[in-house]
Amino acid sequence: MKRVFATALIAAVACGGVASAQDYSGHLKARQGQFRVLAINLGILGGMAKGEMAYDAAAAQAAADSIVAVSMINQGPLWPEGSDEMGVDGTRAKTTIWEDNADFLAKWSDLGAAAKEMQAAAGTGQAAIGPMMGRVGGTCKACHDAHRAPQS
Amino acid sequence: MRRVLIALAGLAVVGAGIGLALTRAVPLPASAFDGITGDPARGALVFTAAGCASCHTAPKSEDKTVLSGGQRFGSDFGTFIAPNISPHPQAGIGAWTLPEFASAVTRGVSPEGAHYYPAFPYTSYANMTETDVADLWAHIQTLPADATPSAEHEVGFPFNIRRSLGGWKLLYHQPGWVMEVGDDPVLMRGRYLVEALAHCAECHTPRDALGGLDRSRWMAGAPNPSGSGRIPALTPDALSWSAGDISYYLETGFTPDYDSAGGHMVAVINNFAKLPKSDRDAVAAYVKALPTP
Repeated sequence: MKRVFATALIAAVACGGVASAQDYSGHLKARQGQFRVLAINLGILGGMAKGEMAYDAAAAQAAADSIVAVSMINQGPLWPEGSDEMGVDGTRAKTTIWEDNADFLAKWSDLGAAAKEMQAAAGTGQAAIGPMMGRVGGTCKACHDAHRAPQS
Repeated sequence: MRRVLIALAGLAVVGAGIGLALTRAVPLPASAFDGITGDPARGALVFTAAGCASCHTAPKSEDKTVLSGGQRFGSDFGTFIAPNISPHPQAGIGAWTLPEFASAVTRGVSPEGAHYYPAFPYTSYANMTETDVADLWAHIQTLPADATPSAEHEVGFPFNIRRSLGGWKLLYHQPGWVMEVGDDPVLMRGRYLVEALAHCAECHTPRDALGGLDRSRWMAGAPNPSGSGRIPALTPDALSWSAGDISYYLETGFTPDYDSAGGHMVAVINNFAKLPKSDRDAVAAYVKALPTP
């Protein structure tokens, strides 16, 4: 009986040890939230580019402005070391983000550059959006290719 | 007893002979492409649709014209390393003839008469038209030569016996279409792109224990051969995207909810983005026509 208790105690301590490891849930929400904001605004622009939604210069401009705004969020504080797919549940962030952090940040700033081009184009007409979707999408893919683990 | 043994020995010799004959690497005859001259400009589109550069450029290379090889592909059977297929006469394939190139691409047979490992998707390319093979060869010859030597595959026993691939090919190298599409030109073009050039099934269809595609579960999704996660199913039970969604995804990488592609699919989309919209629409039509497995 004593041994059972001892085993249980060890197990509890071990589990507790894992549970009390750094809680990154706020960081994960912030990270994934900013990508959601990007996705919703890209959805507005993409819908207009595809012709599923009537072109509206003001709405297109506002969406592009929002994408630029998100791209200006400083990423460093959102990605504390250890908040990767190996360390915590609920993220597909690969450890390469920290192993090659310069590349990760460069890819984020590539998004910023593409977003500014979208910002310049979005209000000028429906036809200008399509190519810019490809341009912005290219920066999404480049980072996901290198730094996001596949869906399990 | 002695007679039985002799008979058995005789049978074994005959059996081995048949086995050797069946597992032989059979190239195309040297005269196969007599009178055919490839068009390098058309070949550029074949090159893009077939995704040659996605595997044959150096790891992380931005220049998709230098086919120096070196990318590593893990599998249950070992690690395959893409060879140099630039037009360099020694390090690459510059000294090959068109029939030798066609034997490699559509039959998995090297100019030396050895079998290639099916990490090279010749079981898909087997359905390429002669014109496309000739155009592709013409295009590859216009690309820069690179002197990087090809690396040996890291494959252990018994998979390092290339002759055994002859047996594998008997089982799995079956040219011919998988999905019946009738005579609709859009679906036929889609099938040509999906089943032959873009070799989508190589990742999207599960494999059996010997590494052959399980055609009964065509495009039903599969474990990622080189690591974690799964390659998603494209069949209607799993994929509810519209044809327009699929075509747009192949152009921009955006899913219908504006997530974006990752992993090897990024290279695939970068290629599809360069093809005409009609080709992306044809692939989408094919995918929408897939049966539920």
